[in-house]
Amino acid sequence: MRFLLIEDNAQLADAVVGRLALDGHAVDHAGTLESAWAFINAASYDLILLDIMLPDGDGRDFLVDHRKAENRTPVIVITARSEVSDRVGLLDLGADDYITKPFDFSELEARCRAVLRRQGGVAANHKTYEGVVLDSTSGGLTINGNTEILRNRELRLLEVFFRAPGQVFSKSHLMDRLFSFSDEVSENAIEVYVGRLRKRLDGSDVRIETVRGLGYRMVGKT
Amino acid sequence: MCIARFCAALGAVALMSVAFPMSAFEVEERHHFPAIAGDEVLRIISTADEDAFEPIIRAYQAQNPAVAVDYTIASSTEVMRAIYDEGAAFDLVISSAMDLQTKLANDGFALAYTSAQTATLPDWAIWRDQVFAFTQEPAVLVVSEAFFAEIGVPKNRRDLINLLRRESAWFQGRVGTYDVRTSGLGYLFATQDSRNIESYWRLTELMGGLNSPLYCCSSDMIRDVASGKLAFAYNVLGSYAASRLPETKGFHIVELEDFTSVMLRTVLVPVGVENQPAAHRMIDFLVTMKDRPDLVAASGLPPVDEAALDANTAMRPIRLGPGLLVFLDRLKRDRFLENWENSIVQD
Amino acid sequence: MKGLIAKGSIRRRLVLQLGAVAAILSIAFFLVVQVVADRAAQDTQDNIIAAAATAIADALYADRDRVMLELPYSAFSMLGSISQDRVFYRVVERGQTLTGYDDLPIADSGVSKNTRRFASFTYRGEMVRAVTVVRSVSLRDERRAVTVTVAQTQRGRAVISSRITATATAIAAVFFMVATGLSFWAAQAALRPINRVARSVARRGPNDLRPVVGETPTELVPLVGALNSFIARLRVSLLRSEEFIADAAHRVRTPLATVRAQAELTHRRLNKPEHKKAIREMIRAIDESSRSAGQLLDHAMVTFRTDSLEKTPVDLVGLLAETCDRLAPTADLKDIDILRDFPEGPFEIQGDPVLIQSALRNILDNAIKYSPDDSQITVRAFEDDGFWLQVRDQGRGFGDADLGKLSQRFSRGANVADIVGSGLGLTIADEVVGAHFGRLVISKNKKGTGACVSLVFAQP
Repeated sequence: MRFLLIEDNAQLADAVVGRLALDGHAVDHAGTLESAWAFINAASYDLILLDIMLPDGDGRDFLVDHRKAENRTPVIVITARSEVSDRVGLLDLGADDYITKPFDFSELEARCRAVLRRQGGVAANHKTYEGVVLDSTSGGLTINGNTEILRNRELRLLEVFFRAPGQVFSKSHLMDRLFSFSDEVSENAIEVYVGRLRKRLDGSDVRIETVRGLGYRMVGKT
Repeated sequence: MCIARFCAALGAVALMSVAFPMSAFEVEERHHFPAIAGDEVLRIISTADEDAFEPIIRAYQAQNPAVAVDYTIASSTEVMRAIYDEGAAFDLVISSAMDLQTKLANDGFALAYTSAQTATLPDWAIWRDQVFAFTQEPAVLVVSEAFFAEIGVPKNRRDLINLLRRESAWFQGRVGTYDVRTSGLGYLFATQDSRNIESYWRLTELMGGLNSPLYCCSSDMIRDVASGKLAFAYNVLGSYAASRLPETKGFHIVELEDFTSVMLRTVLVPVGVENQPAAHRMIDFLVTMKDRPDLVAASGLPPVDEAALDANTAMRPIRLGPGLLVFLDRLKRDRFLENWENSIVQD
Repeated sequence: MKGLIAKGSIRRRLVLQLGAVAAILSIAFFLVVQVVADRAAQDTQDNIIAAAATAIADALYADRDRVMLELPYSAFSMLGSISQDRVFYRVVERGQTLTGYDDLPIADSGVSKNTRRFASFTYRGEMVRAVTVVRSVSLRDERRAVTVTVAQTQRGRAVISSRITATATAIAAVFFMVATGLSFWAAQAALRPINRVARSVARRGPNDLRPVVGETPTELVPLVGALNSFIARLRVSLLRSEEFIADAAHRVRTPLATVRAQAELTHRRLNKPEHKKAIREMIRAIDESSRSAGQLLDHAMVTFRTDSLEKTPVDLVGLLAETCDRLAPTADLKDIDILRDFPEGPFEIQGDPVLIQSALRNILDNAIKYSPDDSQITVRAFEDDGFWLQVRDQGRGFGDADLGKLSQRFSRGANVADIVGSGLGLTIADEVVGAHFGRLVISKNKKGTGACVSLVFAQP
């Protein structure tokens, strides 16, 4: 996905950009509202991450102005304030969702997905491999015309494979993708989810292959 | 011997003065009504006859058996002298001389008294809660039946005057009235007439011209009218005449229709009173005589009755009040009597 | 209203003072009338006795060498007609009493011709009012001065005077009662603007920090002005506090976010399990402190708001739905399904939506936190002698913990020691529902594991 991150704190911005890049997202960083408008006018984004406290004006003004635009990009607000009243106010102003600092990136990802899903009609995130279509946004897996909606972890797991078909991913790496830091899981949990994916992919030309001692990879019939 | 008789006489006088205290004022009669059972005494000085008052006293004693009544009769001037000049000790003063009674009260010789009974008296029958009227007695014309058998009895003074003028010969020496120089009641009636009736002096002069005889008292006038000696008597006390009617034949009573003075007999409590409660009870008794028609009939004294006066507009009660003092004024009295003498005594 | 001692009452003071004024005026009126009445009665009597004396003086005439008097009846009947007073008179010529009462004092020995002199004295045991009139009578060759004195007791005058006084007393009494009645009304009316201002201030919501405007009586302007400046100072102070908190939150959380983001980055890049574990510990520590801070702020906010509870119409079902929407992604991360069981219509009560949403979020967040992956959380809204908002999970439950004590601050169930989270969640929910006169119901699931937490609100 293409993100526009509007964040004035350079260190945080670097960290966020770096972290999102790990998952293969492209992030543009605007340090001020002014530069943000420049970015928006120049390019199109899937999602805008907006830090609500900015030096040259409150991010709220941006929300208000942005809402009036056509083909409006969804905005998720990053806020330090945790009061419900503030957050509800943000939604009223035009934010699609919000997340509080410090945030978990998998939660951010889940919220992005939900926002995009709500928007509807975005065909950007289809990936196809060997006749199997994966819609990252909706979580839909289409095999031979039948579409099933994957559960969150199944989706995330499959996304990893779809990003690099044929590449071997270690259990450890997959665990990083699948579980949050508060989860206490063992490597066996991966097997469970791989098993579920295999079941889903049953009847297609795609399968998950175990590579002994190394991990797993997704391969096609051929 | 002389000394003994002298001493006896002295003793008798002494006894008499104890039993009957010496008075400088003249007493006509004295009656004592003993108590039925008790030792209280009520001393009354009055101008009214014993005949008239005895039934009242008896009835009073029936209600107040412990009270003995000492009833002294004197003329109105003597009554005045007794109380005003000599301060004689009496519990009640009853008089027909309204002017003298008023002067007694005015000059501070009467005590005030109020009760539920005195409250029933009309305004004109009570003065300062000190002088209480208990009768209303008109001044009337007493005419001879024989004399007026054929001619009509005059109804008012105008008719009377015309009659006297027309038939002056007829009436020569046959008209009688009070000698106002000696009779207190006569003086009262005459002075009231002089105030109220413009024809009074004319009438008086006419009567003078007719050589009218002058009388001291109503009884004599009635006797002479009944016997036919007089054609009529003027300003006779109506109640007295009425009481005489059953016994004496030959006269009847005429109330003149233009104006009739009504004398109110009054009672007051003098400052020298000694038995106030008994005196008060007698006053209550007297002012409610209207409720005792038996006593009214027995005494011949018509009680105070406003309704009766309302019925006959010619009847005017003489007003109690300072007005009555006017004709007691020395100068005024001298002047009046002078005029009166000149009118009625003609040579 | 602790700390306010209601002492005295403006209304009572006003009424008492107005009543006192009315009383003083009534008494003054009464006294004045009494004096005036007495004067009038005196004048009346004086006129009458003067007329009588004049009538008598008019009746003086010369008869050769003597002064004579024809006492007019009218003089005395006039005196007797008005009242039953005793009358005394004396006519003096050349020092000798012509007629009348010898011992009647003459009003003024030095009296001048044709004028009247009045005097009051006691005669024959009673107070009398006397007038003396001088008239000159012409005899044949000289003029003689004759004084005529007429005196009358004062019963009639007393009657007139007392009648007027009685009327005056009645009027004064009525006036006093009417004035007192009016003073009640006036006090009430005068206080109305004060009551109005008081009511408009009292009617305000707990967060209303607007200045008091509107019509204010002049006397209250200083008070209202002081109140407004106090409100302004309070608003500024609150604003500063809010700004400070916002600023503090921002300052603390932004670097923390940086640390966490970098930590995630690092965790990805590291390979050795023990390294990864260390980073994971770090991130968990950050998460725990962040959650704790968030809950502390939340709890502070809840405490503040429940002190002066706002009351607006709130749809409990709607709020519950919003909360589920908000936390859906979080549940989704663990493949936890949130099953909703809501009725058609709304559950409307009067309350604070911010507080209720905070409570619901905390409960649902707890449920998600303590539920295993792939489990279900059932969220129900139903009526059962109250509005029930219920969250049932399939987690470990509370074990043998004393359910009653769970909502006490910072207590946690025995089972949750190793899961990140502070103990304030249930405390917050308990306080919020308590402020709305409801209750928190915690129970263990009858079937299987898990807990059931319900917020029960009273139906209006």
